[in-house]
Amino acid sequence: MIEIALVAVPLLLAAAAAAWPSERTRPWLLPAGGLVHTALVWRLLLGPSPEPVSAWFGFDAVARAVLPMISILFLVCSAYGVAYLRIRRERTNRVFVATLLALLALLSLAVQAQQLSLLWIGAEAATLLTVPLLHFNRTARAIEATWKYLIVGGTGIALSLLGSFCLGYASLHGGGSGDLTFAALASQGPSLSRPWLVAAWVLLLVGYGTKMGLAPMHTWKPDAYGEAPGIVGALLAGGMTTMAFVAVLRVKQVVDAAGAGEMAARTLLALGLFSMVLAALFLLSTRDFKRMLAYSSIEHMGILAVGASLGTAGLSAALFHVWNNGLTKGALFLSAGNIRRAAGARTAETVSGMVWRAPISARAWVVGMFAIAATPPFGPFFSEIRIVRSALETGHGMTVVVFLLCLLIAFLGLTRLMLAIVDGRPRSAARAEDAGGETPGVIIPPLLFLVFSLWLGLAAPAVLRQSWNAAAAFLLPGR
Amino acid sequence: MNLLVGLAMGLNLVGLASSRLTSLIQAAAVQGMVLGILPLLLGHGTSWWVVLVAVATVVVKGFVMPSLLRRALRSAHIDREVQPLIPFVPSLLLGAAATVGTVALSRALPLRPEHAHLLLVPGAFATVVSGLLLLMGRAKAIAQVCGYLMLENGIYMFGLLLIGSTPLLVEAGILLDLTVAVFVVGIIVDRIQREFDTLDTRKLTALHE
Repeated sequence: MIEIALVAVPLLLAAAAAAWPSERTRPWLLPAGGLVHTALVWRLLLGPSPEPVSAWFGFDAVARAVLPMISILFLVCSAYGVAYLRIRRERTNRVFVATLLALLALLSLAVQAQQLSLLWIGAEAATLLTVPLLHFNRTARAIEATWKYLIVGGTGIALSLLGSFCLGYASLHGGGSGDLTFAALASQGPSLSRPWLVAAWVLLLVGYGTKMGLAPMHTWKPDAYGEAPGIVGALLAGGMTTMAFVAVLRVKQVVDAAGAGEMAARTLLALGLFSMVLAALFLLSTRDFKRMLAYSSIEHMGILAVGASLGTAGLSAALFHVWNNGLTKGALFLSAGNIRRAAGARTAETVSGMVWRAPISARAWVVGMFAIAATPPFGPFFSEIRIVRSALETGHGMTVVVFLLCLLIAFLGLTRLMLAIVDGRPRSAARAEDAGGETPGVIIPPLLFLVFSLWLGLAAPAVLRQSWNAAAAFLLPGR
Repeated sequence: MNLLVGLAMGLNLVGLASSRLTSLIQAAAVQGMVLGILPLLLGHGTSWWVVLVAVATVVVKGFVMPSLLRRALRSAHIDREVQPLIPFVPSLLLGAAATVGTVALSRALPLRPEHAHLLLVPGAFATVVSGLLLLMGRAKAIAQVCGYLMLENGIYMFGLLLIGSTPLLVEAGILLDLTVAVFVVGIIVDRIQREFDTLDTRKLTALHE
């Protein structure tokens, strides 16, 4: 029952938000939804494994390994949202609040979905819901970003539907009864028709890879992350991409069971490394600090894909990295939003000296940058080390070389832009006194995210470690 | 049955060759209606939900979506030229090549005996490719939406292979999602129009590296 409540409660609150009369109090529904969701998820996580609600839907090992992260991410972002919407009082927030809550519901649905079509419906609806969030600012640039997101994301989601049909036909051709749950598909094993299976894997990887933002399907990402409010960027980079990663993993489980795991791992590895290389190169050249976060996100999606291709140990490390990436990115997006508001601009040519203009946000941003660039003792360092170790253990020497080289280039790119913006003398032209300043409401959430990132690095609790290992063992049985 | 699939494939080429937005919208709409009839001919009998899917498809793809697009066209006061990024003759040739290619490709994909005589698989893939060509090769937002509709039509065609064996909920969910998608697209098209005073996506160039 709790599993269903994870979807139903945010959905009901979204409906309540749509009907709520007061602009001033409506944003408080966000933390209310976040609190209930987090409490429910942690109750499920700490309790024994519940019986699956149905064959289609349930809090299984994979959901257990990632959904608590999405929940925490939403909770902290929602606290920021209250303060943010108070600053942005000139915009009506009815659609924004309702959409955010509905997005939480759909992410919970898609992550817990264990049936091909249900997963697709959740992913598609989440994609469409993001549209009003992206053009919250209503500027020409925001609309341009939304249009590109809609076209690229829509095509991606259409191709994943085609892939789902191909997988369904593979099952039907192999004598399946039309039961499209992942458990049933995996139990069919090698009897799945191989040509259809390969077609399905390619289409689904392209489709859900577009949602994840793997290169070369990443083109919507810099525009969308650049134009969206920080809170939306954080939820996309930590929540939406995680949901898409889970979708890829679930499909890969079926492909593995059918005996084509080698091919799936190779394509995933190639796409992952390509994403890392491309992101590292773009990180060296971009001048816009919000777009920079998008390229960093592409890089980390590449890291996830590489990890997922390296067997059980790598997959478990990748799930650990899902947590590190999501929560550390939260700190970066929220503090970048603060800096953007205080500076009134976004490129290295027009912004500098932010350590004077927005001292706490700028410092949080610097610390977050080092954390995401894998500096110990923050979480990303430990998950990336584990991915490298599992690559060495499985004999992927060249992968390790490219991986580390990309991390190094990315580090250079990140620090270059970071210093240009934080250091130096503040530009008088960029003064924006009405930006709201650094109120506690917009300062504490990014700091909290940094604490989480540190906590994951130094003392990730045993229950989480077990959940990552259990999910990896569930997805790759017998390795 | 194969006649209708062939008709849908022909409409791909009509769409690719259309130089006016109205005829492009028309091609996508007629294709949608043709597809709507197909489930009735598949030989799964006429249970109530097959009829429901057929009627819903004809209404949504044949009437609702085209009328939304035509309204956007009228309110935008744009000239009705399609303005290809890939010129008409190359896009036609590419479309024809894709049609031939998909027929060859689908030989490589094994089919169940009851589907072996159908053109659905090549038809679906050819329509998907044509849709992608329109999506990439046309400048106007409305033409791109038509390309997207064609892409969806191709996927729908493929989905017919599964219609007897997957539960109703799936079709219902997919149809619902598509309807919402078109409304969202419609709103964004409207916003582009108001903000930029054009629906030419080549004007959307502020964001780049």
